[in-house]
Amino acid sequence: MFDNFPLWPVRAAAGAGNVDALYIFLLALSAFMCAAIFTMILVFATKYRQRRGVEAEQIDGSSALEITWSIIPLGIFMVIFLWGAVIYFHERTPPQGASEVYVVAKQWMWKLQHQEGQREINELHVPVGRDVRLIMTSQDVIHSFYVPAFRIKQDVIPGRYTTAWFRATKPGVYHLFCSQYCGTMHSGMIGQVVVMEPAQYQAWLSGGGTTGSLAASGESLFQQLGCPTCHRSDTQGRGPNLVGIFGKPVQLEDGRTVVADENYIRESILSPSAKIVSGFKPIMPVFQGLVGEEQLNALVAYIKSLSPGPSGAEGKPSPAAVGTSSQNPKE
Amino acid sequence: MATVAVTAERENYLNQEYGIRSWLLTTDHKRIALLYLASITFFFFVGGFFALLIRLELLTPAGDLVQADTYNKLFSMHGQVMIFFFLIPSIPAVLGNFLVPLMIGAKDLAFPRINLLSWYLYIIAGVIYVHCILTGGVDTGWTFYTPFSTAFSNTSVIEAGIAIFIAGFSSILTGLNFVVTIHRMRAPGMTWSRLPLFIWAHYATSIIQLLGTPVLAITLLLVVFERAFNLGIFDPNRGGDPLLFQHLFWFYSHPAVYIMILPAMAVESEVVACFTRKRIFGYNFVAMSSIAIAVFGFLVWAHHMFVAGISLYSALIFSILSYLVAVPSAIKVFNWTATMYKGSISFTTPMLYAFGFIGLFTMGGLTGLFLSALGIDVHVHDTYFVIAHFHYIMVGGAVMGYLGGLHFWWPKISGRMYPEGWGRLAALLVFAGFNLTFFPQFILGYMGMPRRYWQYPPEFQVLNVLSTAGSTILAVGYVLPMIYFLWSMRYGKIATDNPWGAAGLEWKTTSPPPTFNFEEGPEVTWEAYNYEEIPAPAEVSVER
Amino acid sequence: MSDSPIAVEQHGPELLHHFADAEQQRDAATLGMWLFLATEIMFFGGMFCAYLIYRFWYYNEFAAGSRSLDIWLGTINTAVLICSSLTVALGVRAAQMGKRKLLVFLLLLTIVFGFAFLGIKGVEWYDKYKEHHIPGNSFNVDDLVRDYPQLHIDPRHEQIYFSLYFAMTGLHALHMIIGVGLFVFLTYYAWKGRYTPKYYTPVEIGGLYWHFVDIVWIYLFPLLYLIDRHR
Repeated sequence: MFDNFPLWPVRAAAGAGNVDALYIFLLALSAFMCAAIFTMILVFATKYRQRRGVEAEQIDGSSALEITWSIIPLGIFMVIFLWGAVIYFHERTPPQGASEVYVVAKQWMWKLQHQEGQREINELHVPVGRDVRLIMTSQDVIHSFYVPAFRIKQDVIPGRYTTAWFRATKPGVYHLFCSQYCGTMHSGMIGQVVVMEPAQYQAWLSGGGTTGSLAASGESLFQQLGCPTCHRSDTQGRGPNLVGIFGKPVQLEDGRTVVADENYIRESILSPSAKIVSGFKPIMPVFQGLVGEEQLNALVAYIKSLSPGPSGAEGKPSPAAVGTSSQNPKE
Repeated sequence: MATVAVTAERENYLNQEYGIRSWLLTTDHKRIALLYLASITFFFFVGGFFALLIRLELLTPAGDLVQADTYNKLFSMHGQVMIFFFLIPSIPAVLGNFLVPLMIGAKDLAFPRINLLSWYLYIIAGVIYVHCILTGGVDTGWTFYTPFSTAFSNTSVIEAGIAIFIAGFSSILTGLNFVVTIHRMRAPGMTWSRLPLFIWAHYATSIIQLLGTPVLAITLLLVVFERAFNLGIFDPNRGGDPLLFQHLFWFYSHPAVYIMILPAMAVESEVVACFTRKRIFGYNFVAMSSIAIAVFGFLVWAHHMFVAGISLYSALIFSILSYLVAVPSAIKVFNWTATMYKGSISFTTPMLYAFGFIGLFTMGGLTGLFLSALGIDVHVHDTYFVIAHFHYIMVGGAVMGYLGGLHFWWPKISGRMYPEGWGRLAALLVFAGFNLTFFPQFILGYMGMPRRYWQYPPEFQVLNVLSTAGSTILAVGYVLPMIYFLWSMRYGKIATDNPWGAAGLEWKTTSPPPTFNFEEGPEVTWEAYNYEEIPAPAEVSVER
Repeated sequence: MSDSPIAVEQHGPELLHHFADAEQQRDAATLGMWLFLATEIMFFGGMFCAYLIYRFWYYNEFAAGSRSLDIWLGTINTAVLICSSLTVALGVRAAQMGKRKLLVFLLLLTIVFGFAFLGIKGVEWYDKYKEHHIPGNSFNVDDLVRDYPQLHIDPRHEQIYFSLYFAMTGLHALHMIIGVGLFVFLTYYAWKGRYTPKYYTPVEIGGLYWHFVDIVWIYLFPLLYLIDRHR
């Protein structure tokens, strides 16, 4: 219906329809309210225009009317709030078993790393119908990952991970925009999401030369950096055993308990003294400045792979942490 | 039309003393209002010029008029100039300064010398900012987000930050003056419930100016310190949090939008009452709504951060609070509309602006409901939908309120009538131009066009062209009043004390008023908006 | 202000034309000063907010940084300011009682205390400079890492503590300087005999400002100097 004068972009992800439904409801509500008020004003302006001999009638007000037109809008607003909140809750809660893509934003490009090892610049290939979770960070300033066709957007922040997720429902090529002003070529930091049929996606996967999965490159980096010296796969190491920790609570030596999510692992590598696991000494060297963002992503992917989970997606946030695994634990 | 011969012009605040010293060293609130009028008009056209360049660039998808860096500076400075050097002072510093003492029956504001200091601070801030513009400008967006502004931008962030810091003090002192004046200097008999709604709204505005602006001041200062002294408070590499900046920034900048709209609502109440010749329907509710907006306005700042990385629970709280703050604004719109029922309505220029205000503010406010809905905001945040939303309120609302107020009180301020025909034409041009400029941007935003984009995908071009076309009409609508207001100061029809037959103490003194406002201090024994006691003018004074 | 006399009013030169009477003028001035202090609370509040958050995140670094401050100098400064508030309060009383010489003496004493505070602050800052604790390129907290191994501090986060230390004490010192300047004016006019039991509002509101600056320090001192000292 709106092909020539579209009011919304194509819907290419699960959930886009829900967003548009609320939008259309709000459009209708706004149209109705505008029509009502404008008509009333028009009628009053005509009927009560200044005429010789006709005086205005002084009316102080009406408490009943005031209360009515406060309560009814408030009620409608609460409906809108709940509707929007439900949509948002789903947007912020990735499903279990989603496959993961690590995103590194920098001025002025997007770098993406698939679990299978593919690396892309400014393009993201995904198969239709698969849940995809994006784990994102920035190398410099704040950016924002925006795909209008999917109705998703998430700011990408230096110093921590933020996440978003989607499930593409329609093959095609869709805009990817940076939507947080980030300097000179902010408007050039665009790309595309290429949604393919599963078979084509497999073909694409095996097409490019890769050096193994992301977790595998993470493992080799783990060895290179000497991590197994302390992080042994038994209880004798000077560092905690990393097998099975992802997504589980960790007891810290100051008494706090935190969940081992992506941000925890990242922080532990870059700034180990921030959270010391109970029973261990603060002797881990600082790796800030020694590993780049993409290498960090590989390490995180590797450590996640040490925890049980459906293949292709490691680590489930524990129930208590639903919706918070994408947060900086400091939030 | 024959001008009534006036043999000896009465002494008033304009002719009592001549010479530049009498203006630059004045402590008369009315003269200071005019000093502000001149200065903010200058900045309005500076900001408007930047807007015109932006719209010209956006005629085509490619970046072909200016370079990317230049474009980034244009939108940053458009925002900063319009917000800090035009909108925030506009109505309070011009109309508020002029009218608050008159409306409450006082001889001046509580602190006339601080009032003058406010203006000088504004001018100093303005000079620094103009210097910043001329030496390369600033490209951080009006929002100065870190770490871009602290560690990556190569432009005059420190200078812009200092300029706005100083302008903030101008705003704080104006607010302080108003609050003390309204508390302590009301004429005998002028109780709180007899105050014009203009005063109530300016009181609420002043509270926000007092309590909110200092937070902006410290935030900008921390950004300046970080850049100048390499502190690390917002630097993620040293453990700083870029989101801390956003929280601190929006803690002021959200209430700031209420600083910009409440005074326009103030004007709206006075104009609607006068040109329907009735007390505003629901006076108590409108007065209390102003206060409610000021209070609730401080509780919703993180609705600018729904996708910034705040927690789900924070987002839920701020979303629900944002819906609460919409209620008092809705109440006001309903009350103004209800005032027209059984009124006696005339269609003067101020009233045309008032009609336009209700329409456009309603539309802008309704789109606020879209943005407060978390699920929708994720899609439209940082797109042209947001730009359209706030321009509907700031331009469709605040600027139209400002222009309507200028027209309404022009006879009082200048002693002259503006030409009514031209006034109406300009009002219609502004309304039409505005809608054509900004309505397409709602669609652009939902279609996915991000804001602050120098170049854009070609499918967005048609709507951008429409928008630019509208902006040229808007520009004409803005230039016309400049011309005819100036013209009227020499050739306009001489105004009587109360050409509109309006209620309010300001209309009980001469046009223009004498320096000390009233020949004798008034004593108030009547309620506000006592239109039943005021005869309508024989014909509403119009200049053909 | 213009000279045109609309009405000749019989009042002293201190009563400004636009006020109905001295009481209104005094009420306005006092309300004005209280409101201004409210804005100052909001101003410092932003920094206290940042402090709150970072102290929660980087407690160990804050503890180490706090211990590197000289607690004796800080305590002396606190005592100095409290004494100065006493002299201010006594000064207001002197003005109320019309004791010009006493008032001038107390105002001068307040200024002396103010300078003492600023001097000690200068010494503290200079110490920080020598110890390379000023954030920036020459920032170095190897000494703290060495002295407090049990805190296992991260030097980068330590910069945040010191950034806040300098921002907060710096802005406080700036307010002290403004306060001292204000009091110089007050002293001059007091000496000229301008303040009488009928009109001493400037002394009163100047005093309010000084008390406020003092109170800010009362908060700053434990927050910056006394973190983790119990261990």
